[in-house]
Amino acid sequence: MAQVSLRKIVKEYEGGVQAVKGIDLEIADHEFVVLVGPSGCGKSTTLRMIAGLEEISAGEIDIGGAVVNDVPPRDRDIAMVFQNYALYPHMSVRENMAFGLMLRKFPKAEIDRRVNEAARILDIGMLLDRKPKALSGGQRQRVAMGRAIVRDPKVFLFDEPLSNLDAKLRVQMRTEIKKVHQTVRTTTIYVTHDQVEAMTLADRVVVMNHGVIEQVGPPQELYHHPRTRFVAGFIGSPAMNFIPAKVVERGNGLVLHLPLGTELAVPEHRVARYKAYAGKTVTFGIRPEHLTDTQNVNKPHVAIFNATPEVLEPMGMETLAHIKLGGAEICARLDPLVAASPGVPLPLAADMNNMHLIDDATGLVI
Amino acid sequence: MSATARPSEMVPGLGRRIGSLRSERRWALWTAYISLIIAAVVMLAPPLYMLLTSIKTSAEIADPSGNPWLVLNPTWENYAGIIGNPMFRGFFYNSIILTVCVVVITMVISVLAAFALARMKFFGSQVLATGVFLTYLVPDTLLFIPLYQIVGGLGLLNSIWGLVLVYPTLTVPFCTWIMIGYFASIPKELDEAALIDGANWMQMLTKIFIPVALPGIIAATIFAFTVSWAAFVYPTAFITRPDEMPLTIGVVSQLIRGDTFAWGQLMAGALIAALPPVVVYAFLMDYYIAGLTAGATKG
Repeated sequence: MAQVSLRKIVKEYEGGVQAVKGIDLEIADHEFVVLVGPSGCGKSTTLRMIAGLEEISAGEIDIGGAVVNDVPPRDRDIAMVFQNYALYPHMSVRENMAFGLMLRKFPKAEIDRRVNEAARILDIGMLLDRKPKALSGGQRQRVAMGRAIVRDPKVFLFDEPLSNLDAKLRVQMRTEIKKVHQTVRTTTIYVTHDQVEAMTLADRVVVMNHGVIEQVGPPQELYHHPRTRFVAGFIGSPAMNFIPAKVVERGNGLVLHLPLGTELAVPEHRVARYKAYAGKTVTFGIRPEHLTDTQNVNKPHVAIFNATPEVLEPMGMETLAHIKLGGAEICARLDPLVAASPGVPLPLAADMNNMHLIDDATGLVI
Repeated sequence: MSATARPSEMVPGLGRRIGSLRSERRWALWTAYISLIIAAVVMLAPPLYMLLTSIKTSAEIADPSGNPWLVLNPTWENYAGIIGNPMFRGFFYNSIILTVCVVVITMVISVLAAFALARMKFFGSQVLATGVFLTYLVPDTLLFIPLYQIVGGLGLLNSIWGLVLVYPTLTVPFCTWIMIGYFASIPKELDEAALIDGANWMQMLTKIFIPVALPGIIAATIFAFTVSWAAFVYPTAFITRPDEMPLTIGVVSQLIRGDTFAWGQLMAGALIAALPPVVVYAFLMDYYIAGLTAGATKG
């Protein structure tokens, strides 16, 4: 068990391409941290540098209080789970899990004890004598996790471990991983491009983009208080709506001018925050769940406007309405019982308490 | 027209096209069978002829009036004669020693070299890998004169140890090339997993790469065995003493008394000499084909 510190980590490939541009990150003992971002954002490279599989171009990595920049992977006391499992095909499940302990010359009894314990946690006791090719994808993933657990390392590293599984199994294994972490409490760094995985698993989520960290925080904080437009758009599904808007002063308050003549009033307690942007064009961000039909709307600070849905997607518990507002495509979540049809204007309620304004010049949420 | 009408009824000419597809397939099958039969006949005729000759008496072989493809008085005397010949047994022994040594040397060098070239990226590793293969393209008929000088300089002419030294120049490049291909096909995550599990380079090679690449290693072993067992040019050039000769040149140079060709014994000897490769192929073929890498990663 250990904390992990990244200080000004840089990864530069030949030809001067920087995959990771000087990131700082402190990961506490027992913490489950998820690095998330689009492909090519540097998240896997960062993980591989922590594992020792990639050299660090600049900066320092510290695991459990010791700088490990020049320590080979085998001496970093870490365990890694790979996207394609990387099980040794010629060894049985038991041998796969025992391999790392055998290389470290553990006594036979201790190896057996740990393998059996890990097999019990992961419920793979009946598979121990099988070869990897006789296992299903989910079982292989469990074995790969078992191989990490038996080592009882300081840090678990997961590199997109669920990407090769089908949707249903992915959800199941996600729960499994969370359960394992709650049992063994090992510091875990998990890389994924799937923001749902990030939200559900993490104590803290690290959103990366273009080799830098956009924001670090607990899932709820990232969801409700994104710092940048990138984080606002990346976290949450369906994604946050972005609509170009002009901030206009009216009396003591502020109003947002949206395309097609739509006007939304800014709640008074936010006026001071946005005052400086009066007269300027910004991006108005609002999540689909804060853009609803007008049934049961008796909350304060709700702005009502008319919009015409182009496409309706009934999901069962809700209906997603896709609306064109000027140049922007937006999405609203409607009660499934609301009688809406494509092409027919519909009153929508925007919960302005949950609005965001984004400065187009800096990409930062105001 | 109903919705269930067959496509061929709706599109004029489609039925005829399907028919022509079938006939094309029939054509392909016939062509394949005929060419395979021709190839099999061409390939199998010489060994069959050797077998027939080896079970004939000398008188029958020499008789020009008989049909060479018929055996009237089958006999084992040629086999008894050749196996009873201490010289032939000596050739056989030499061939075995020579081949075992060459195969072992070849596999040790080429597995280590291929592992380094496939996995340890170092300056010039790409060029070196290509260079290894290019050396294989130089024919032995071109090399035996300079090699004669070298082997002679080492005082190893007329000794099978000279051949043990020289044969790997034929086998190592090709075997290394085969092994580079096999090692390169092993997913990179497998060595990374081993690295994190605590393996050093040597453990990674012996515990992961060699077992996983076993089909490749067997393919390379078969190749080294065949080359070394059947080599003709080098022993012809380097060995003149009968007691150091391997089978390939021993049989043709020593079993002929002046102008007298003991054809029956020659054929029997050649067939016995061909037996070990057949046995090796038969035993290792299953391994060779088995896909050991299945299930390594997502597959």
